[in-house]
Order: sequence, then structure tokens, then C-alpha cells
Amino acid sequence: MPERIVVPFGPQHPVLPEPIHLDLVLEDETVVEAIPSIGYIHRGLERLIEKREFTEYVYVAERICGICSFMHALCYCQGIEEIMKIEVPDRAKYLRTIWSECSRLHSHLLWLGLFADGMGFENLFMRSWQLRESVLDVLEDTTGGRVIQGTCKVGGVRRDIGAEKLDEMHRALDPFEEQCRELGDIFLNDDTVKYRLQGLGVISKDEAYALGAVGPTARASGVAMDHRETGYAAYGDLGFKPVVETAGDCYARCAVRVKEIYASINLIRQAIDQMPEGPLDVKVKGTPDGEYFSRVEQPRGEVIHYLKGNGSKHLSRARIRTPTLANIPPLVKMLPGAQLADVPVVVLSIDPCISCTER
Amino acid sequence: MAFLKRSPWILHYDASSCNGCDIEVLACLTPLYDVERFGIINTGNPKHADILMITGGINEQNREVVRNIYEQMPEPKVVVAIGVCAATGGIFRECYNIVGGVDKVIPVDVYVPGCAARPEMIIDGVVTALSILEEKRAKMSGAAQMKDDARHAEQAGEST
Repeated sequence: MPERIVVPFGPQHPVLPEPIHLDLVLEDETVVEAIPSIGYIHRGLERLIEKREFTEYVYVAERICGICSFMHALCYCQGIEEIMKIEVPDRAKYLRTIWSECSRLHSHLLWLGLFADGMGFENLFMRSWQLRESVLDVLEDTTGGRVIQGTCKVGGVRRDIGAEKLDEMHRALDPFEEQCRELGDIFLNDDTVKYRLQGLGVISKDEAYALGAVGPTARASGVAMDHRETGYAAYGDLGFKPVVETAGDCYARCAVRVKEIYASINLIRQAIDQMPEGPLDVKVKGTPDGEYFSRVEQPRGEVIHYLKGNGSKHLSRARIRTPTLANIPPLVKMLPGAQLADVPVVVLSIDPCISCTER
Repeated sequence: MAFLKRSPWILHYDASSCNGCDIEVLACLTPLYDVERFGIINTGNPKHADILMITGGINEQNREVVRNIYEQMPEPKVVVAIGVCAATGGIFRECYNIVGGVDKVIPVDVYVPGCAARPEMIIDGVVTALSILEEKRAKMSGAAQMKDDARHAEQAGEST
């Protein structure tokens, strides 16, 4: 039996911009065990609920993670609205959907870039991030912020997108989709990419389900689970179908995300077409009393905000379960058997967001 | 050593930030802003780096890591604190696990404000850092020169 060695991976490492630590137990070049340790970004912001009023906590919820910032705010607001029985106007729901899908687009393009970088495909990294900038331009134009939007609030949204801007966005979607399809074509059909990814980090459907995988990680193994199907915000009106692959390897996880980019573009197009007129928000009166499990599908999977109010201005408890935390057990299952050089690719394939995970 | 003036290598570390500033740091390297054309490269190795770009308010577990990275970087080095969290702790300053500001752990030369800091501001911060790096380098070579001169004078004194 070859000798076992332990290679420490992280917390400061070139793969992700964020710190995570893995102890990789190797036999020659093959990983036999991976032991994750987290906590480098734990800030303790669930406890901030005691110091911020429930309407102010939206800003904190947005800063749980800088990538899916809008969706964290959305999840929190939907939870509070459910507790307080607030009916959000239709236009606000559609605007929320558009911004959510824009966030998903920029997150997936960001991930595709990092993934290409992890494989050593620099050109593709640059191309993905170039496309991502056009999504950020739209976000900045419509909300005022590139990564932290600040437009979602309890009871609706803070800003409107004018008819002219909506028209402009609609016109820009076709050329943008064409560019995305060109990019996606490389990820899905290029021989070098396929050779690198197929059969790597395989996780079966049963394992993915049993270990509680969520989002693209679960859907790439054939678990057709996407919270957008339940029709929160405006998804109920838009005829949404989840993207599912069955192979369960890194290639499948990549394919799910590439196809979700196309699906998101389609959703934005439909939302703009069906955009209703009306007010943007309703006045919020009173304080939340009761509890609710709020769930939203983020780019990385399903996020849960458990919120409990006791009738005062401050909530008594907030608990946030983010998708990356749910995807770490499947990751630990994927790593054994991989070559050391493939570890970055496998780790990236679950799209880890550490600042979400540790809150 | 004159090449240092134009092509600094950057080390980026996320010390308990929300990721917002970190992706903006990466965005600086990509086609729209493209600082790589100036030879500014994001390196993973502290021993190759001239500028440490650090985001976030630093938590207890990160404290040692940050100090370690800082100590491994060769002199002259400049620290750029990116985002309001790195300056004061920002929105998280009241969190129980946040030390609050990078300057509580290591010396900081440039503060870039913003939540999240925009790529233009980050580039501006790096340009400011470059001039500080140049000053530090001049000071170091000045000190080395003085040491050299003193040694020469001593040797001259011995020989006469």
C-alpha cells in the first residue's frame, strides 16, 4: 500500500477568491479522503437581528453574499411578508423576478469563468467575465449598484424600470443570447473541456438526494428539484421548467449551468413581455409576529431563511441555511478517487460560496 | 528593481468579507478593466507579491492567517484595504466575531471605500499604492546605501 500524505489546501489558495481549508489525504496522486474545515468568514450576522429593526435587516441580508445579494434580500423580504400577511403588488413581483434572473445570469457567468480558470483555460475565463460585465451594466443601470443592489424591501421594491429601459433590455437580449450560446458551445462541445470534465467527481442520483445536495449539483445528478417551480414572485406565471442532467459528473454540472443561462434569458424576456402596470410597494404597518420558513432558488441552490418574530421591532431569531453548506457533504463524497490536479475543478464544480456558507 | 514600479504583483485575500469586493477585485483583471495589460498579475503566492489587497473585517480565525500572509511577503510591500468592512468593519462591525478593520491586525497603507468598492476605485487604490511602494523602495535602498557608505567609511578608517 502506498504511503499516505496529507496536503493542506487553503485557507489562502489560488483557486477561489475566498478562504476554505481542506485537508486532502493522498495515496500517490489520488485523493482518498477530504476533510473540510470552515469558519474563516463566519461573521455572526444572524445575531445582528437583535440590533437591527426587521426592515433594516434587509441590508444585512443582502450582504450575506455579494453574488446572490438580491436573492438573499428577496428571501428575507418574502419571509417577513408571509408572516405579516402583506400582499406584494404584481409589478414588484415581476421586477423582483427580472433582478433575480439577472443575478443568476451574472453568477453563472462568473462561475463559468472561474471554472475555466480552474481548468487552465484562460481565454474562456476572460470571455465569460466579459459577457458578465454586460449583465452588471444592466443591473447598475436599473438599480444603481453593480453587486449590491439594495432595491428589495419589505412590501415591494424601491425602484421601477421604465418602459423605455425595459424595451432596451428586451432588444439587447437577442444579441446577448447569441453570445452566450457561442460561449456555452465551447463549454459543452469542446473536446479538451469534455476530456477534462467527463467522468470526474461523479455522484449518483441516490447519493445526491441522500446527502441533501441542492441546486445545479442535485439537478446534474438527475434530481429534478428547483424551488422556482413552486412559483414564488412571478415564476408561477412564466411557465418555468427545471434544467436536469443525469450523468452527475463535473461536465453535467457545467451543462446544467450553461443551459440555465439560456433559461434565465428566456425568463427575463417573458417577464418583460408580461410586465403588469401598477404600484411598486405597499405600506408596511405593524410588526412581525409568528414564524416562517422562507425559501428561494439561488444560482447555487435553495436558500432557507427561518424567521421568527415576537411582535416587537426586532425579530427574535433568524436562521439562514445556504446552498453551499448543503453541497459540502456531496463535495466530500466526490473528491475521493480524483487526482490532486483535478481537486480545484471538483471543488469549483459545486460553485462554492464560502461567505454564504458561514454567514 | 525598477521593474517593480510598473508591474506589481498582487495577492488578494478575503478576510471575512461578503464576496462583493472580492469579485470586483477579480473584475479589475478581466477585459473591461484589464489591469493585466500593465503587467499587474494576481498571484497566489505571498512570496511573489508586492501588494496585498485585503477585503473584509477579519474574524478571529482569520487573524493569524492574515498576519502570516503579511509576514511572508517580501519588503517593500503595501497593503490596500478594500471596501468599508476592511476600513472599519462596515455593516458587520457589531457582529460578535468581527475584529473590525484590517488595521487592527496589520498596518494598512491605502483605504478604498465603498460597499462594494467599484473596480475604478480599486484601480485608483492600486495606483496610489504604487507610489507608496516606490517611496518604500527608495527608502529601503537609501537605508542600504547609508549602511554601505558607513561600512566603506569604516573600512577606509581601518586601512589608514
